Amino acid sequence: MSIYRTHILVPVDEGTVQAGVFEVKRRLEQKITEQGLGNEVKVVESGTVGIVGKGVILVVYPERMYYTNVRPGDVSLIVEEHLLKGRIPPTLKYASLDIQGGLKSLHNTGLTREQKRVVLDKSWKMSPEDIREVLATGGYKAVEKIFTEKMTPEAVIDLIKQSGLRGRGGAGFPTGLKWEATRKAAGDQKYIICNADEGEPGTFKDRLILEGDPHKLIEAMVIGGYAIGATKGYIYVRGEYGLSIQRMQQAIDQAREYSLLGPSVLETGFAFDLQIKIGAGAYICGDETALIESLEGKRGNPRIKPPYPVTNGLWQMPTAVNNVETLANIPEIVNRGAAWFRTMGTDKCSGTKVFTILGHVEQPGLIEVEMGTPLREIIFAYGGGVAGGKKFKAALLGGASGVFLPEKLLDVHMDFESLKENKAVLGSGAVLVMNEATSIPDMLFSILKFYAHETCGQCAPCRIGTHQLLQLAWKLREGQGRVEDIDTMLNLAETMQRTSLCPLGQSVVAPVKSAIDNFRDEFERAAGHSEIS
Amino acid sequence: METAQVHIPDNAEYRELKKFIDENGKEPGPLIQVLHRAQKIFGYLPPEVQHFVARELRLPFGQVYGVVTFYNFFRTEPIGDHIVNICLGTACHVKGASEILKVLEQELGIRVGGTTQDRFYTLSTARCFGACGLAPVMMVDDEVYGRLNPQKTLQILRDLRNAQTVN
Ligand SMILES: Cc1cc2nc3c(=O)[nH]c(=O)nc-3n(C[C@H](O)[C@H](O)[C@H](O)COP(=O)(O)O)c2cc1C
Ligand code: FES
Repeated sequence: MSIYRTHILVPVDEGTVQAGVFEVKRRLEQKITEQGLGNEVKVVESGTVGIVGKGVILVVYPERMYYTNVRPGDVSLIVEEHLLKGRIPPTLKYASLDIQGGLKSLHNTGLTREQKRVVLDKSWKMSPEDIREVLATGGYKAVEKIFTEKMTPEAVIDLIKQSGLRGRGGAGFPTGLKWEATRKAAGDQKYIICNADEGEPGTFKDRLILEGDPHKLIEAMVIGGYAIGATKGYIYVRGEYGLSIQRMQQAIDQAREYSLLGPSVLETGFAFDLQIKIGAGAYICGDETALIESLEGKRGNPRIKPPYPVTNGLWQMPTAVNNVETLANIPEIVNRGAAWFRTMGTDKCSGTKVFTILGHVEQPGLIEVEMGTPLREIIFAYGGGVAGGKKFKAALLGGASGVFLPEKLLDVHMDFESLKENKAVLGSGAVLVMNEATSIPDMLFSILKFYAHETCGQCAPCRIGTHQLLQLAWKLREGQGRVEDIDTMLNLAETMQRTSLCPLGQSVVAPVKSAIDNFRDEFERAAGHSEIS
Repeated sequence: METAQVHIPDNAEYRELKKFIDENGKEPGPLIQVLHRAQKIFGYLPPEVQHFVARELRLPFGQVYGVVTFYNFFRTEPIGDHIVNICLGTACHVKGASEILKVLEQELGIRVGGTTQDRFYTLSTARCFGACGLAPVMMVDDEVYGRLNPQKTLQILRDLRNAQTVN
């Protein structure tokens, strides 16, 4: 590989594709060749950088200059001024992360602010479509390390336990313990499953890992397979994620070619292979036991626990189900050690967390920061605050099964423990910001509609309860509700929490209770309309 | 319905599906992946196709039907040439997705789940495409359109129709 003085990343995601990224890229390559810079400047199609809604984006390394809203007509200027003469064209919109060579940082706030990237460290610096680039930038080093240093499966599990890594799929269960239990469970065949169903509305972090760095996931699953003693892994991807499926499949094919998957991984005699399974659009299939049912080709009805998947999973065999983001931490933990991992985050929640910032913020997008980062910093420093100078009203954390947090809780730290103290959950890491004009009863109605649609129908409390709740919420929203309905809703949700079969029905209480507890006056006002009649 | 009495035509589409089943049917739990392929081939999953899948995979028809009706992705009714899928997820909801839905229903003259008389558009809803940063979002077939407002939505629909008539 030749050494280039400059790399230009061209992030390809839904937003940039819509804004015409391929035309910009084509012109860029053409212009670079025309100017004879072909040996000095390399254009790399990368995964997303997490900035959305800002048109086509180019990131120039090593300066870390971001150009946003790039139009095809801007390309000449960028090549002639920036690449050829080292001057930043002042007419273009840009932001710089570092203060270098006199460049002033335009953004102390916003998505270009300094982040702590572990799971997304590489996804925007190399092309996810070329395994040679992945290998050249340190991909699969962790697998190599395990085999060259002859680490035993137990040693790998120990390392993960020491790192304190906890599941990022919502529940926060320690990953090392899960792997240990799967390893120790009796069974001839074991499985590792990557949960890439990402169904929580407002979440797209896993997608960006799947698209931006699919090889990291493969590497993690090889390591996981080795640790628990599985020879077969599945990646369950939701059907809506076309690009993820395509990139993942391509990565698997390449990994097989390089003997990183297959009958003898890196000629060690360890057999491990992966297969993608495509979901069919059911939120409940994000739940690990429903996911397993679905993998078996059945309706995605959750199983009664215990027994847990670690002993009775896929085809009743010991199975470890891990979230995409959880797995994406594994290679770096192996490479850099448990102590390094523990330097990030809090005592009980080490590492980083990916958050998606959405709703009424200036800059919607995705960031990766340390566990325990205050919510206020996420919304205001990274998300740029509430859009249009409006006032903050509430944040919905963790998607549909999440909680509404009012302004007085903005200083909460975003880790499993601190959130729990405040009766909130980290969930999937979605932070949906609502401004003062948002009606909380209306938001709750939207969430309940989601639940009523997604209940699997297996158990009565959830099947009937979700529809009862929806009806009450609808009446309130339409000004036909009564004040008593508010407590009826609470009562229903709490009953569902106690009596539902699976975590879906059990979790309705989170949004219902937090909405009513924190914004009761709004519900009462909504109900007030009908008191006269 | 008795499987034996359902007439299954011998045509290219069924042969393509049969080939897929022969190649992939040995995998454990192949049903959902087979249905994905069937829907790609036929556009939807009418009872004959479900019977065919049941027969080929040696599964009870009830199990196939149960799976088809459980998952949002599978359709049992024919659809228009293009599917307009509007996201009603929370992030899209706060950004006014229900207003876009109203505009769509008005412009197309159909309700959610319906198909226009000329079989051009089918209107459908989704919970989240994972494109929430662009909210509100809709997909027309495989194409994502974000940052919608009523005018932009109408423009997209009309452009697509016009493109079709020009061809
Ligand atoms: C209704 C429901 C939906 C879920 N959706 C997801 C999901 O989309 N992705 C995910 O990783 N975990 C999801 N989970 C959590 C999984 O059941 C499981 O805890 C997780 O995949 C374990 O991985 P982790 O330990 O790495 O977090 C969901 C759980 C429930 C109850
Ligand atoms: S909520 Fe609409 S795309 Fe995510």
